[in-house]
Amino acid sequence: MDFNDTPEEAQFRQEVKAWLAEQAPRYDLQNHNGLDVDGQLALGREFQALKAGRGYAKVGWSKELGGMGGTPMQSVIYDQEEEHYRFPTVFFGISLGMPIPVIRRFATEEQKRRYLLPALRGEEIWCQLFSEPAAGSDLGGIRLRAIRDGDDWVLNGQKIWTSYAHISDFGVIVTRSDPSVPKHKGMSYFFVDMKSPGIEVRPIRQAAGGGEFCEVFFTDVRVPDEQRLGEINGGWQVAIATLMEERFAVTDAAGGGPQLLDTLRLVKEQLPSVAEDESTQQLMADWYVAESGINNFYARLLTGVSHGQLPGPEAALSKLIIARKLQVQSAAIMDFFGPAGAIFPEAKVLRSNDYRMAWLEAAGYRIAGGTDEILRNTIAERVLGLPADLRPDKDIPFEEFN
Amino acid sequence: MNFDFSDSQKELQGEVHRFLRDRCDLSVAREVLDDENLTHASRLWREITELGWCGVAIPEEYGGISLGYLELCVIAEEVGRSLSPVPYSSSIYQFAEALLKGGSHEQKEAFLPRVAGGELVGTLAFCEGPGFPQAQTLKAQFDSGRLTGEKWPVADAMIADAAVVLAADAAGSPCLCIVNLDQDGVSREQLASIDPTRNQGKLTFEGVEAEPLLQGDGDGWALFRQVLNSAAVLFSFEQIGGADACLNQAVAFASERHAFGRPIGAFQAVKHKLADVYVANQLARSNAYYGAWALATGDSALPLAAAVSRVSATSAYENAASESLQVHGGMGFTWEADCHLFLRRSRSLSLCLGRADLWKKQIAAALEQKVA
Repeated sequence: MDFNDTPEEAQFRQEVKAWLAEQAPRYDLQNHNGLDVDGQLALGREFQALKAGRGYAKVGWSKELGGMGGTPMQSVIYDQEEEHYRFPTVFFGISLGMPIPVIRRFATEEQKRRYLLPALRGEEIWCQLFSEPAAGSDLGGIRLRAIRDGDDWVLNGQKIWTSYAHISDFGVIVTRSDPSVPKHKGMSYFFVDMKSPGIEVRPIRQAAGGGEFCEVFFTDVRVPDEQRLGEINGGWQVAIATLMEERFAVTDAAGGGPQLLDTLRLVKEQLPSVAEDESTQQLMADWYVAESGINNFYARLLTGVSHGQLPGPEAALSKLIIARKLQVQSAAIMDFFGPAGAIFPEAKVLRSNDYRMAWLEAAGYRIAGGTDEILRNTIAERVLGLPADLRPDKDIPFEEFN
Repeated sequence: MNFDFSDSQKELQGEVHRFLRDRCDLSVAREVLDDENLTHASRLWREITELGWCGVAIPEEYGGISLGYLELCVIAEEVGRSLSPVPYSSSIYQFAEALLKGGSHEQKEAFLPRVAGGELVGTLAFCEGPGFPQAQTLKAQFDSGRLTGEKWPVADAMIADAAVVLAADAAGSPCLCIVNLDQDGVSREQLASIDPTRNQGKLTFEGVEAEPLLQGDGDGWALFRQVLNSAAVLFSFEQIGGADACLNQAVAFASERHAFGRPIGAFQAVKHKLADVYVANQLARSNAYYGAWALATGDSALPLAAAVSRVSATSAYENAASESLQVHGGMGFTWEADCHLFLRRSRSLSLCLGRADLWKKQIAAALEQKVA
């Protein structure tokens, strides 16, 4: 039992470390204070092209497809090492995480030749058009209508919470193609050009102030049938495959918020009497126990990956714990500071790991990518094997329920 | 990354699991619970000692088989899962640990082969009634080779042949000394407890012969803390084994029991509760592995890892045991249902090495060092 890399893993880690260190001076955002989002995106595209050139954009894919032909563990190692820096790669996370693997799996050879490499190189960005105002956790309830018209389909309706739709060139979309059959049996899946006439993207301002989520409106948008992925009315299977692609993300037990030891230093330095208080010490100990549990759980999952097993649905527990912990912990840090805990520092650009920002963001983190409640269902039903909840609309034609 | 037990350790765990499943279903713990004259399951204990489980972490030169702590951890998990009413924890995690950490070569030679072979049961006697012992206020006295005082509660006091006792030496400093309990001047009294499957007693010493454990830097309190750290990791494996059993029991019941026309496990109020139990159990298991790693490698992080492992396993087991009983409803609160066996054991293991807050202080102290 140990936390060590195998010799092969260690060698790969060294290669990655060396390469990233070379890129850092030019591409690490810490060296670009005050760079706006457009500037970050331009820098990110440049970095992404270099990354793809080494096969690091998809470590696990074959070289023919633009990857490196590496193992799942090498893929994790690359991500772990990249995490030590702040490269502007956030724009490509969704694109390469879900839509692009689905294109690889379901598109024609010709389409793959056309689309995969530009996405890997960051020249084109893809978004995922899934949720709708009336269909969030229950993705099977989507309504955006697709009606066949000759060789095309005509799309009408609305999508929401689409990350980075405003900078995306293409998107994958799940639609309602037959409302006369039960919900999961009448969906079709396409990819669309985001520049198509009839598509309107409006960024949504989120509760914490950020704006990377969008609403996307479809008005008589024509999509050629060649852009259908999967069977007609077989879109649910493709949608599930998309969600299963969510790669095994590098886990930060602090959830992007302040690191525990940094918090302890901060409190000791600015609030010595609070730091000495026994109740503070007990809280810090509790947080450390939770953080250590997540890190050690992750080490166990990685051990499986290192031995060639991919993690199952139990991996859902990390986000469930991290999001809630982030919310409780950042609120407690504000409490330490008293009324001043609500006051932002003077710096113009707040780091996302500022505890005040983390507290605001945490409320959304508990919802995004699977709410706390849905994750508990996943664990209960898919890990523990408990019976599914009642689903009264499951076997009834969609239009009768909606 | 290789943060898991090895194949041979897992194989050992499988053997231990199958043996205890066959020889120690819950009726064995229940027998001890129901009969106040029984202190433990003596036949099961004999079989366990014959299988050599007592010697896995004891070096060959002292009659053990020198496997190591990781092997001890996987056995502990199964002992906890089956609620085995045997003095394994007292004799191995505490008494043998104290000797291994603080005994002289002669002391080890005198006791460890008999512990490894199961001929001798040992225990660790540190409490003196209410509260957790403090270094400065120990009442038991050890002076000129003689021990005087009262220790209670002491786990397995009624069946132990020898004890390592925490006492104040002539200078008033804490020390650990080893006492043969089969001598004049030692008396024992059985104490009734919430968990009769681990017997508890009071030991009274009236100027009896004892020998100090003096290895290390001679700091008796530090030695005692070291023993507690080892025991904390090993007990946390008993706790995660028990917590796992509680969850399995609750999931099985919630899948079978129907109310309002559905299995109760289909209701989110029940399934979310069980998902939370699963999550807490997984975090506790992960932290216990961290404790096991630190114990096995002798890493300097052991005080932190042991405390994290203990706090995590303690809350996971108590939560799993009480929520499992809750899911079983009124049936769960009957004497016949097994839920209360786990409820009792979970509480008694939470208490046996001091409350969680004391271990959290140990975590806080380690964090202080990290930022100092």
